[in-house]
Amino acid sequence: MSDGAVLAVSGLDAFYGEVQVLYGLDLTLRRGEVLCLLGRNGAGKTTTLKAIMGLVPAAAGSIRLEGRELTGLPAHEVPKAGIAYVPQGRRLFAEMTVAENIEIGLMARKKGASVREAVLDLFPLLRQRWKQRSGTLSGGEQQMLAMARALCLEPKVLLLDEPTEGLMPSMIAKIRETVGKLREQGVSTILVEQRVDAVLPVADRVAFIENGRNRETVGVDVLRADPSAVKRYVGVG
Amino acid sequence: MAFGPHLLLAVLEGLVTAAVLSLTALGLSLVFGVMRIVNVAHGEFFMLGAVLAWAVANALGGHPALGFVAALVIAPLIVGAVAWLAERLVLSRLKYNPESTIVATIGLLYVIQQLALTFYGPEARPVAPPFSYRLSLPWFGYSAYKLSIIAAAALLLIATWLVLTRTKIGLTMRATQYDSETAQAFGIPVGRVYAGVFALGAMLAALAAVLIVPISQAHYLMGQDPLLLSFIVVIIGGLGSLRGTVVAAVLIGVSDGVVSMFFSPTLAKMIATLAVALVLVFRPQGLFGTAPR
Repeated sequence: MSDGAVLAVSGLDAFYGEVQVLYGLDLTLRRGEVLCLLGRNGAGKTTTLKAIMGLVPAAAGSIRLEGRELTGLPAHEVPKAGIAYVPQGRRLFAEMTVAENIEIGLMARKKGASVREAVLDLFPLLRQRWKQRSGTLSGGEQQMLAMARALCLEPKVLLLDEPTEGLMPSMIAKIRETVGKLREQGVSTILVEQRVDAVLPVADRVAFIENGRNRETVGVDVLRADPSAVKRYVGVG
Repeated sequence: MAFGPHLLLAVLEGLVTAAVLSLTALGLSLVFGVMRIVNVAHGEFFMLGAVLAWAVANALGGHPALGFVAALVIAPLIVGAVAWLAERLVLSRLKYNPESTIVATIGLLYVIQQLALTFYGPEARPVAPPFSYRLSLPWFGYSAYKLSIIAAAALLLIATWLVLTRTKIGLTMRATQYDSETAQAFGIPVGRVYAGVFALGAMLAALAAVLIVPISQAHYLMGQDPLLLSFIVVIIGGLGSLRGTVVAAVLIGVSDGVVSMFFSPTLAKMIATLAVALVLVFRPQGLFGTAPR
């Protein structure tokens, strides 16, 4: 394991039923960085996040959080170890209020009012919506709530699955700004995205996922200088 | 007896039925709502509650109130433990597959029923009511115990509602119901929640049975009617809706009481079944249910 790695995935195999999705995937997340997973539809990006969360069982390989093996843990113990997940499509508890969604986030690692206030300071708008049913929020507000709910764990590692999907540009900017703020606070983030332009401003490194394997991990400055890798793995420039 | 008092008596009898029915149906509705499991053995948990109530009251002796109160505490706890075990040993291993769990709970139905027949026997046995005070109305006397059933059921329903909406346990249960995968991603041990909900559902049925056994007697086949009526109530009220369950239980209970008294019990069952058919045709999600997501 390299120095400064907070999360290390190695040789990870994962299946959906009979279908193998991940083939010996390797990934290293350094402390305090934003690592972006980039790849085509069906490349295995979301599955990688679900496998880290224990929601898709790891058939082989290891996932270590600060040296602690996670693959043997039941799924509900993974967030308690300090990994928070913002799933694709937000997956809020839509029939519950904003307050109840936040409460579920806080309960996961038994965090109290001080964490709640710190999170709400990042997304002050949620205070005004406090008693509103979360399913009635706008798309951008729902994404804020999904991130706020995850941050209530005070995670060491944050997994974000396409947080900007279907949002208007002002909201995308807001999400991006939040990811930047979290990096300043020392949260290590894995960000799944489809579009490279959404990634370059916030990421430190980019891992290209193809056919369930990590083909290459490069720094964004390298990528800016030579974007050929994007064309190779994602198919668009 | 004149029509007015006769109707009052029928409504009172109907409310007693409704009280017991709403508790039993709420248990069924919780289990289906959170776990998506159709528990065919639910009526047997009801029966087990009544039979254990007799066993506890009989073993204790002494004043009827003592035996009854002991039964009210002990019988639901034992039934809850049985349900918890069944969930851990059987349902969880079937991965909560909808078809397999129906077959498994049918099996459970027969296992519990035959065990009751073996150890309790085929007799119908009464449990003495905790008090036998009769309320004398101008037209007829009415058992105060029956009225207390209505009050007890109302209290239990309110308590369940408070637990579901105001406590962390309730929040955990609702989160599991809406999205079990995301619930796990927030540290909720979904398996344990399922076991708890299954036990809670069975305990509600057992409580209902303990309440009714002083006026109806314990018998090893007594679980069939409550099961059928619970399904009727849950379908009419809308699955997973506590309010719908209570409204439908009152509707079915009172109409059952009135129709049974003025016409015949068979006609009452026919009307209830017709109501289910109409609801399924015109409002499949039930009166208060929300359309499936």
